[in-house]
Amino acid sequence: MPTHTFVLNGKSVTVDVADEERLLWVLRDVLGVRGPKYGCGINVCKACTSHFNGRGFNPCAVPVGALKPTDEVTTIEGLAGSVGRDLHPMQEAWLEHDVAQCGYCQPGQIMMAVAVVNRAKRAGREITEADLDNIRNVCRCGTYSKIRDAIEDGAQRMGAG
Amino acid sequence: MSDEPSADPTTAPRQVSRRSFVGYLLAGSTVVAAAEIGLGNTPSAEAALPTVAVPADIYDLTDAQGDAALPTQGLIKVQVNKDGTASFELPRAEVGQGIETAFAMIVAEELDLPVEKVHVTLAPARPELLMNQITGGSASIFVLFTPVRVAAAIARQALLRAAAIQLGSVVDRLRSKAGEIIAPDGRTLSYGELAEKAAGVDTTAIRVTLKDTSDFTVIGTRQRRLDARDAITGRKRYAMDLDVPGALPAMICRPPTLNGTVRAIRNAAEVKAMPGVTHVVTVPTGVAVRAKTFGQCIDAIRALKVDWNAGLVASASDESVLVELKRAELPLLVPSVPLLTKVRDFDFTFYFRSGSPLEPNCAVADVRADRATIWASAKVPVVAVQEIAGKLGLPMSKVRFNVVEGGGSFGRKLFHDGALEAARVSKACGAPVRLMWHRADEPRQGRQHPIATSRIRVAHLAGNILSFEQRHTSVVTDFKHGFGDVITATAARLPFGDVALSQAIFLLTQFVPYDFGLVTQTLTESNQHFNTSAVRNIYSPDVRAASELVIDQLAKETGKDPVVFRREHLRKPRVRRVLDKVVAEGKWGRPMPAGTAQGVAIHEEYKGASACLVEIDCRPETVNRPIRDGVGGPRVTKVVYAIDPGVAVNPLGLEAQMHGGIMDGIALALTASCHLEDGHFLEASWDNYPYTRQWNVPGDVKVFVMPSDNPPGGGGEAGVAAAFSAVACAYTRAVGALPKYFPINHKDPLFWEPKPFVPPVPASPTDGLEHLI
Repeated sequence: MPTHTFVLNGKSVTVDVADEERLLWVLRDVLGVRGPKYGCGINVCKACTSHFNGRGFNPCAVPVGALKPTDEVTTIEGLAGSVGRDLHPMQEAWLEHDVAQCGYCQPGQIMMAVAVVNRAKRAGREITEADLDNIRNVCRCGTYSKIRDAIEDGAQRMGAG
Repeated sequence: MSDEPSADPTTAPRQVSRRSFVGYLLAGSTVVAAAEIGLGNTPSAEAALPTVAVPADIYDLTDAQGDAALPTQGLIKVQVNKDGTASFELPRAEVGQGIETAFAMIVAEELDLPVEKVHVTLAPARPELLMNQITGGSASIFVLFTPVRVAAAIARQALLRAAAIQLGSVVDRLRSKAGEIIAPDGRTLSYGELAEKAAGVDTTAIRVTLKDTSDFTVIGTRQRRLDARDAITGRKRYAMDLDVPGALPAMICRPPTLNGTVRAIRNAAEVKAMPGVTHVVTVPTGVAVRAKTFGQCIDAIRALKVDWNAGLVASASDESVLVELKRAELPLLVPSVPLLTKVRDFDFTFYFRSGSPLEPNCAVADVRADRATIWASAKVPVVAVQEIAGKLGLPMSKVRFNVVEGGGSFGRKLFHDGALEAARVSKACGAPVRLMWHRADEPRQGRQHPIATSRIRVAHLAGNILSFEQRHTSVVTDFKHGFGDVITATAARLPFGDVALSQAIFLLTQFVPYDFGLVTQTLTESNQHFNTSAVRNIYSPDVRAASELVIDQLAKETGKDPVVFRREHLRKPRVRRVLDKVVAEGKWGRPMPAGTAQGVAIHEEYKGASACLVEIDCRPETVNRPIRDGVGGPRVTKVVYAIDPGVAVNPLGLEAQMHGGIMDGIALALTASCHLEDGHFLEASWDNYPYTRQWNVPGDVKVFVMPSDNPPGGGGEAGVAAAFSAVACAYTRAVGALPKYFPINHKDPLFWEPKPFVPPVPASPTDGLEHLI
């Protein structure tokens, strides 16, 4: 089987799997990285949201063969390390607002929140209500209001940090 | 309701006052304490039996669960460890409702230990607990509050006694604080130093006095979840995240029609030869594949060619099931009423819906010839062990069921479908498995909240309501889990005769909280061929939404404001108080633009009282706002919710549960249902099933937890009925027309193409890098 090399949470990894294997299963079943969750497998629930070269993406919809050795994949496990801290400012905001209930969607929610804030930053603007409305991540426990509050708080912390 | 203990010495807890209890210091290497058998919050049912036909107002499902747990309360133990921490193995499921944190607080309170030093873990299935290991009916706190407090207080008492010997003092002169015993001269001993010295050599009865509620320093404070950090760093482990040696991924290829069965596999050898695939085996629910990754399982399922036998509802549709329900509906009685009485009939339909959590059904199973070990989230693990042991042909004592933290439940994990399948697949493969349902499996072959109609007839004369009759008619709800045992065990106490199980659940949960003269509510069921379950709040969301909508109509007909009308007819001050709270905080009656409106509703259940006020925007520019692959529709813009839950152990956690109930209520009213066509449900994933998403979320949600001295009630399901009802009422007032069915979008054209039924699961996309955020 072909080998694939990419950077996972700051370290280069090489896996021996078929090109078509979706990255979610490479992470979870081959590499044992269990932060990204399965909720649909078709890129609609967003529970597996992680970062690809610093931008939000869903590994359930990416064949591992699409990755180059220099591509950087960051999962929830590597988020804090990516900013050189114990907790990312967005995670701190999540704790402050006690967002999680069952917690299953929350790694994906946090990774998406950081991506949405960074997207607004790249565009030179603050996050808007429309940005929050357009977040597609499902939370079946219904923590949506707290997620919105935490993202606004986390965006401030990211700006200040 | 009386808080006095029963006078019957054979059933009453031996207690001399409301706060003094007997418990036991058990023999052990460190302090292990337990409450006395027969300890709970439940007042005597016999003493409180009503003469009116509304039993749930007096003795409800929560009471039944409390009574069913009484014989085993002595088996609930709290332990103090050598490192100064305390451990409590909670015989319940944690599925997000926050009871691990709440019970850590309860133990911390009576033990005088910081909350962080209390380790709450989930007990594996303990068959000796019988009905005291059921997580359902929002009863965990109500049932276990007092026994856990007593056990913790006994442990503290044992520590005090040991310290008195060590310090040459007497217990009465010592005090405990933050994990230390402190002598009058300032000397201290830590719980860790005392844990072994205080251990019981045999079982010793000890009488303790629990703290007065006014002395609480932990209970009632806003405590963040103890598992929050694990959850937000990805460290929290759910069943599918466990590393059990050899437990490879497994999934099931399921039939194209509901509950179809395998006739033949045409290409088993070919699929078994696919990359990574280790096994292809037939199980009662389909064809199981085991492979090195779930991606390979999905590929194998898609490659399988299977001949199927059709299920028992092969051609059924929403319409055909509704025809059956109409046939089953009991007639409304035309009451004998005075001249000039107005009689009004109302009829609502509530469509099938999926209560499935985001974590799909999943379990790890390692089945050997002589034993089995299961890891899964399960709310009734004792029943799971019974069934799994039976199907595997093993004695119950050879099946260990480890209860894992779950990624949501909403009623789904009352059933152990995934665990049973995992066990069967592991046995058939002769190897451990990590079994997962594909998302498409859940709406299509999983459990639905049953479709139902609710008809109401009211008679009123000169502003007085003379009668209120409600006939709820539903596809059968499956209660083949622990609730059945609870009902059987408490049958002698139930304030009605021998009725079917679902009838008992209905009668124990439904009542009309208003004075409406002659009141009757009945449940009739039809068609047992669907896979159903109680979804969060069971019958109440639908029964209450129908009622509250009718109440708004009655207010209108009698020329009363909806709040004034409710206040005039509500029976309990406690309910009026929460209603008054949302009316004040939500500025009821403020001027609203055309196409927008407020709505209000109340609900009483789980020993608590709720009121919800919402504002909704049904203007075209809002309803038609562009939403990609989702439902926009009317938007709830504001929610004010007030709950009197009794003593709130953790108001912060309770607020979170109300948030969840509110989001569920919005979905039930406006967006989320499943469509039955030609013997199968069309929905297959979150892009078809529009549970509340960020674009539906109100910008302003406020929850008020009212101070209360009542016994602690239930939180997990308490928010749904009032929220659903308030949204339904607000929508009706905004558009000026009473809906006939819910959710209101059920008959709108589908905004998605139904996914194919063969193969039963969709391929994962490959274009993820084209949609970077």
